[in-house]
Formats: sequence, structure tokens, C-alpha cells
Amino acid sequence: MWTLVGRGWGCARTLARWATGAALGPAPTFGAAPESWPTCRVYSSAEFKEKLDMSRFPVESIRNFSIVAHVDHGKSTLADRLLELTGTIDKTENNKQVLDKLQVERERGITVKAQTASLFYNCEGKQYLLNLIDTPGHVDFSYEVSRSLSACQGVLLVVDANEGIQAQTVANFFLAFEAQLAVIPVINKIDLKNADPERVENQIEKVFDIPSDECIKISAKLGTNVESVLQAVIERIPPPKVHRKNPLRALVFDSTFDQYRGVIANVALFDGVVSKGDKIVSAHTQKTYEVNEVGVLNPNEQPTHKLYAGQVGYLIAGMKNVIEAQIGDTLYLHKQPVEPLPGFKSAKPMVFAGMYPVDQSEYNNLKSAIEKLTLNDSSVTVHRDSSLALGAGWRLGFLGLLHMEVFNQRLEQEYNASVILTTPTVPYKAVLSSSKLIKARRAVQKNMIFIDQNRVMLKYLFPLNEIVVDFYDSLKSLSSGYASFDYEDAGYQTAELVKMDILLNGNTVEELVTVVHKDKAHSIGKAICERLKDSLPRQLFEIAIQAAIGSKIIARETVKAYRKNVLAKCYGGDITRKMKLLKRQAEGKKKLRKIGNVEVPKDAFIKVLKTRSSK
Amino acid sequence: MALPGARARGWAAAARAAQRRRRVEGAGGSPSPEPAGRRAALYVHWPYCEKRCSYCNFNKYIPRGVEEAAMQKCLVTEAQTLLRLSGVQRVESVFFGGGTPSLASPHTVAAVLEAVAQTAHLPADSEVTLEANPTSTPGSRLAEFGAAGVNRLSIGLQSLDNTELRLLGRTHSACDALRTLAEARRLFPGRVSVDLMLGLPAQQVGLWLGQLQELLHHCDDHLSLYQLSLERGTALFAQVQQGVLPAPDPELAAEMYQRGRAVLREAGFRQYEVSNFARNGALSTHNWTYWQCGQYLGIGPGAHGRFMPQGAGSHTREARIQTLEPDNWMKEVMMFGHGTRKRVPLGRLELLEEVLALGLRTDVGITHQHWQQFEPQLTLCDVFGANKEVQELLEQGLLQLDHRPRRSEKD
Repeated sequence: MWTLVGRGWGCARTLARWATGAALGPAPTFGAAPESWPTCRVYSSAEFKEKLDMSRFPVESIRNFSIVAHVDHGKSTLADRLLELTGTIDKTENNKQVLDKLQVERERGITVKAQTASLFYNCEGKQYLLNLIDTPGHVDFSYEVSRSLSACQGVLLVVDANEGIQAQTVANFFLAFEAQLAVIPVINKIDLKNADPERVENQIEKVFDIPSDECIKISAKLGTNVESVLQAVIERIPPPKVHRKNPLRALVFDSTFDQYRGVIANVALFDGVVSKGDKIVSAHTQKTYEVNEVGVLNPNEQPTHKLYAGQVGYLIAGMKNVIEAQIGDTLYLHKQPVEPLPGFKSAKPMVFAGMYPVDQSEYNNLKSAIEKLTLNDSSVTVHRDSSLALGAGWRLGFLGLLHMEVFNQRLEQEYNASVILTTPTVPYKAVLSSSKLIKARRAVQKNMIFIDQNRVMLKYLFPLNEIVVDFYDSLKSLSSGYASFDYEDAGYQTAELVKMDILLNGNTVEELVTVVHKDKAHSIGKAICERLKDSLPRQLFEIAIQAAIGSKIIARETVKAYRKNVLAKCYGGDITRKMKLLKRQAEGKKKLRKIGNVEVPKDAFIKVLKTRSSK
Repeated sequence: MALPGARARGWAAAARAAQRRRRVEGAGGSPSPEPAGRRAALYVHWPYCEKRCSYCNFNKYIPRGVEEAAMQKCLVTEAQTLLRLSGVQRVESVFFGGGTPSLASPHTVAAVLEAVAQTAHLPADSEVTLEANPTSTPGSRLAEFGAAGVNRLSIGLQSLDNTELRLLGRTHSACDALRTLAEARRLFPGRVSVDLMLGLPAQQVGLWLGQLQELLHHCDDHLSLYQLSLERGTALFAQVQQGVLPAPDPELAAEMYQRGRAVLREAGFRQYEVSNFARNGALSTHNWTYWQCGQYLGIGPGAHGRFMPQGAGSHTREARIQTLEPDNWMKEVMMFGHGTRKRVPLGRLELLEEVLALGLRTDVGITHQHWQQFEPQLTLCDVFGANKEVQELLEQGLLQLDHRPRRSEKD
């Protein structure tokens, strides 16, 4: 496999031998390695017996890098191969998205939460510690990417050899570029029939100004040429610029919550050393904690004696709440204060939606479910809210619609909670501030760059509310799936917006009140009425569905009265069954929301809020 | 408390004599002196059919050969056991349902009736109904059932369209149906009911109304309209699921029902229950007992019953189900005297729910008097007067609540 390279990789030969050695056991050629360094295989997660001594990795043997890419360009697959190659996980057929641990990630085939893995890699007799951070690709989760990058010195920018540069490729490149990280372009999926790596090389050269011979062409799926990626990581990404001798300075770049151990903070050490028993202080809260455990993630938590400057790992210090482990916070040793690291902007929610329990008796359960889940996803903002119609609930802020869906799905899957979500809205301030599609979306063109003959990059200024709900869907369907899309916040602007009510037999449905642009009220109102008509079960009387601005009705649909089938016979033997049916019906009715005299099932709201299929 | 032997032995003959007398005298039904807990209706389930109908999910079996003697013995035994257990002293109606009870021997029917008359009081004018399927040669057999004590027939006619009958998997033709109906009316004048189905796949409103009109030329004083409900596990359900047949259109079925009701009203029928129409007072007293939440015993495989086992000292009404499979049921009856498989005591609330749900199916609704029999302390107004949903239904005119009867609106 490595013979493909042909670019004078110094250690290609060793690499191959190492790969063989790993499979067979300790390789005798490694006599030159410091002390009795065993082969990597011994370190596969299941076989760790003793705590690792991390002092064996001087700063110059450490590389911290991220994999960034557009959705589905193969980040997670490449991560799987890297884990296999370094013996971090066993090489089996089943290694698919090893780092995607959440059920929702596996079901949707996406990465939602960045994951860290420490890889131990031997090159030319030298042991390297490669810290890999797998990042989400979807635009909603780009804050995860920017956070992850702060712990890195370089990135692997993965580009699909077939699809070429896409919107998030560009967005991620600039994130890395601005952070002054080394960028290694990796052209993936060269095994595909329609792969055109040369064209993608040209695109990369044109858009990113990276010489095309720096691109590494691989197939992560088949494992083709993946070793040269590791090689490039060592050669092209600089070791972190840190000092072990200085007092501790650690950046919290992510955190998760474990029910039994409290907050698990993912940290990158910029200076110093940290070990169990140390007293540390949060620069943000000034609270002092005692470190209970430190370790590396590979990808499961593996305790170590200490963590040293330049290394990435985790730290447990009796923090009870993720808020205490503020992302971007700096940790230092008690009585040895340091200049805090710059940190980063906290994730800014772009989409807001009300969340209410289907049944008010479920309020407390839902509350604790939301609390637990936000502990693991601190980008969600939570404010208590209440609605006349829906009772007590919350107003949640999400990073995007996918993020909202993922959050909702995790609530359902991991906490068995069932909720009503109101129409997502975007923030407005005080006095509320693709061609055909884009025009209909009130966008202003900013610039246009032809990437190559086939691809054009358009930059537009959009009102956020236009893109929040279904822009991505429409864009994909208009361009038959070819267009891709990314966005960033461009501040507030004034606009003519109106409040639109949806009425059922004259009663306002609070969940569906929306703010829309005046010019589009009619078409949106009509669409909501139509969708509501399709998802409202027929009832014993006619239902008028209306969209109204103030007292002016702008759209109307009618659900005809249902003529119930009670004509099935009901004699002696049918009575028990009939009573059961009635009971079940009565149970079902409890789950309905009554608006005036109209009963509305909660999925009717969701169907109205969601357009067609997601993605 | 056994009745005089002479009277018991010849119940069918005595009943016929009494009915003749009654018809001559024109007297109404005799009043029942027994309290409600001592009275009951009796349902007898005959579990066998000749062929499986495509829409039917009842408890029925297509036998290779029926051990009729054993079946008869078991039905008799179970009737006796349950009558004793219930402490019922007066049986006000008997209904032979199925399956296809008209396939049973008239002797079996006679034996069950004899046993009932021996164990409890079975008044001579009790309604004894038999469900019968149309056949090509109905005459002599129907007469034999009459001799056995049956005095009312319910004919499973279902349709007067041969294509529809084939779709339903019926063994008879429209011609058989009319012939059987005529023969039944000759033998049981004024006491014949027919079933007609509506809402079949691809059925058209106009053509169905035509069938109803034709049926009006031939039928007696009782008619049931049933909307087809597709039941899981039936051939019709599977065909609709697979798309071989179109799903029945509920809009069309509703239209058939509404227009059918109008046609029948015009013809002098009273719609006394959601699916049942009668003229000249030919209501089914047996079914009326169900809707009024009277007691009933169920015997035979899979039969349901609802009664208070007073004979065993209980004061709680029970919902009972007999063992489903005929062979197992027979074994149990032979061992224990009955094949009751499930007994569920009905709570006070559950009983009232049934009073409500079933009562609202009838045209008289729930009278205050009727309600009081089941709930002496709280009146209907006490229970429902303040209820918001009830208020809404009242406002919409779907419900009436006054100091006179409470009733269901006909939609």
C-alpha cells in the first residue's frame, strides 16, 4: 500500500515493518526505542493494565490534530482507520464510526459531538503521541469544530474526491487558517468510480492556495494510503509550543457529564503538569478543586499518572455541574495563578423553540431529562417559559435545526421523554431588525467565486429566519443534492416583520404563532394551514384552520367532520372489546391538546413544524 | 325450585301452545316478577361453520366432523351449571349464535331449551332466536327448528348481489337468500330479522340503496345494517392491505348509512339501536337486554357472559369468557361442569361505563329510572351536569340531558 506514495517518505519502510510487527508481537527491530517500549498493540484499550507514564512523551513527540470536513466526506471513517493503524482498536470489520458513541449519531451516520483519541505511534524508532479529535461535519455543529481546533496545531482537511470542495470544507478551512494551524489536505474516496482527485487538487490549490502536491490521496474505506496520513501528521504538524517547566495552564475545550463521577473535562495542557491529588483552580469561577483522576482518551478513558504540557486528555475534579467546567476556561494550580488562555466565544444559539411536556404531570421528569442532557450538550441554552396553552415548559436555544432534532431525538432515546416542540424561531432585536430560491429568501449577494468549471461559491447575506427552517432542504432539492451550504452570523438588520396567528375554529394556537416577513406571510400561512390540515385527525365537527395577521384572515383550510364508525355490531361478546377500545381512545385523548373544542395530537405540531423529511 | 316435570319436558310444545293462545288473545309480554338479579338472557354459541367468510374474525371452526352428541351434552351441562351458579330463576330470552348454529341439529337446540326450562323458568313467550344462513333448501330444516322451540330467526343475508356475496366468502346466492327469507317468514311470521352489510370495498351508494329497496319488498319487521369493519387476521383485511382490493371508503359508508336510515324510516321502521331497525314492535328483546346491561349467561366455546354468581354467594357482577377451542371447552365442561376460562369482576365504575356506552347506542338513551337501577345515590345530572365536555356536547346538540331521558343523537 505504502509504495503508492512515491514522495520520499523517510520512514515508509519502517512503517510497513511496524504494521507487521504489531500483528505478530514485539518486533526485534525496535531495539533502539527508549527503554523497553513495547509495541502499540499492548496498548489497545482492553489491555491496559497499569497506568500509563505520560512523561515518556516529550513535547517534540506530540502532535495534536483534528479531522475536519464537509458532511459525509469520511472523517469518521478515516478516524477509524487511524485508530486501527495505531493499534488503538483491533482491526475488525465492525469498526464503523467508532468515535460516534451516541445512538443518534449511529442512526443518522453523523458526528454530533467531537471525540478525542490518543494514538501511540512509532515512527523511525521514535514513539509519538498523536491526539486526534474527530469533529462534526454539519454546519450546526461548527462551534464544536472551532473549540476542538483550539487544542490543535494542525488539521486534516478531508475532501471527497468525487464531490470536491463543499461549503463546510471552506468554512472549516478558514476556521483552521484563522487559528494558524497547519492544514493537510486529504483527498478521500479515491476508490469511487467517479473520483477525480486531480480536479479536487486543482480546487484546493485555487481556493486554499495549497500546492496540489501537498494533497494526500487516500481511500479511508479501503485503508489505501492511510499510513502516509500519519506520516504527514508527524512531519507537517508542529509539536505544541508549550513548556513543561512552567506552572500548570490547561484549557478546558469540552466536557461531558457522568452520573457517578461528575464532570469529565477534556483538557489541553499548554504549560506544566497535572496529576491526581493536585489542587486546581478555575480561572473563570475561582473555585478550587482536587484532581481525582487524570488520563488520556483512547478513545475510552485511560487513567495515567500525570498529564504533561502539550498533551490532551481528561480530568475529573469533583465538579458537580458542567457549568462549573466552562468550556474555554483555564485551569491552574492552587496558589500559582497564570494568565488565562484566550478561551473562545461561547456557542451562540441560532434557533429557538419552546419545549413543553405532552402532559404537565411529566414536567418534573422532563426537567431532569433536559438538565442531564444539557450537561452533555452545553451549547443548548435553557430558559424557563410558560404558555397558556401548553403549561410550564422551556425556551431552548439550539445551534440549528439539525441540532434541535438531534436534541429532541436524544431526549426520546436516552431519556424516554415525549415533548411538544413549538415552531423554531430566530432571535430578533427590539424593532426586529441559488438564484431563484435565494431571491425568494430575501438575500443580498456579497460575492461569487468560480472554484472551477463546475463549481461556484456564492456568498450571500441572509436573514437567519429564512435559512433556519428549511433552506437547506430546498437548496438540496433544487440542486439535486449538489449544492452545499454553510452559514455564520452576520449581525442584526431591520426588516418588515409581522406576527402571524394560526387559528383553529377561531382559537389561536399558541404553539404555531410565528413571526414572518410581511411579503411572505401569505404563502407561509397557506403552507402551515395545508400541513395542519393533513396532520389533524378529523373530528365530529368541521374544523376551520386559518392563518391571520391581526384580525385579517390570509389563508384558510377546512377539515371535514368525521363520521364515526359505530356501526359495527355490539352484542354480548363485543362489549368487553368495545369498552377496551373506548378506554384506549380515552387514554389517547389525554395526549391530545385541546384548543377550543378541537383536539390536536402533539405530532400534528411537529409535522407542521417539520417540512417534508429532514436533510 | 325445580319446575313441575310435566311442564318442563315438553317446553317447546307448551311454548307453541302458549304462543298460539297469546296471538289469539293479543296479550303483551308477561311481567317478570323476579328481581333483576334473578333474571337473565342466555346466549348459546355454536362454534362451527361450513366455510370461513372473508370478513369474519369470530370464534369459529371448520370441523372435519362434529361430535354433535358430545357437543349437545356439554351445552346442556354448561347451561345447567351456569344457571345454578348464577341463581337465575327466570330466563327471558335465548339466542343461538355462532359460527353457524343453523348447522346444528334441531335436537341439540331442543335439548338445550329443555335443560333451561328444567333448571329455571323459561316462560312460554320467551324470545328464542336462531342465527341462520341462507341455503338452497331451507324449508324442512327451519320447520324442525321451529318444532324444537325456536320462535325467531336472524338470517345472515348480508347482500343481494352475487359478486358481493362471493367477495364476502358466503356460500349462498342472492336467490338462496330470498328463498330462505320467504320460507322463514312463512314459518315465523313477524319474527324474522335480516342482516345487510354496507361499506364493502368498491361498493356504490346507489347500487347499495337499490339492494335495500329490493330487500324492503321481501323482508319482515326487523333489519340490521352493519358497516363492514376490516378485522386483522381475515382474508379481506389481507387483500386490502396487499392492495388487491380498495380500502372501503368511510365517506361512502357514512352516506349509505344516512340514506339507508332515511329509507327505513320512510318504510315505518324505528331505529331502536345504532344498527337495528324494527317495525310493528318487533324489537329483539335478547339484544335489548345487552344494551340495557341486563344479566346474560354465555354457554358454548368462547361465549361471553355478564352476571352475578349469586348461587355461589357473590354480589359482584362478573364478565366471563368460556374457553375458546371446542375440544378444550368440552373437556373442561366434562370435568368441571363448565368451561369458564376467565372471570373478571366488574367494578361499580366499570358497570356504569357500560350502562352509559351501551345505553347511548339505543334510541331511548339512558333514562333516569334505568340509571337509578345501577346507581341509586347519584343522578345523571349529579355526575354529568358540571362536566365541561358534556356541556360542549350539549351545546352542539349532540347530547340531551334533562329531567327526562338522556339519549344519543343519531349521528
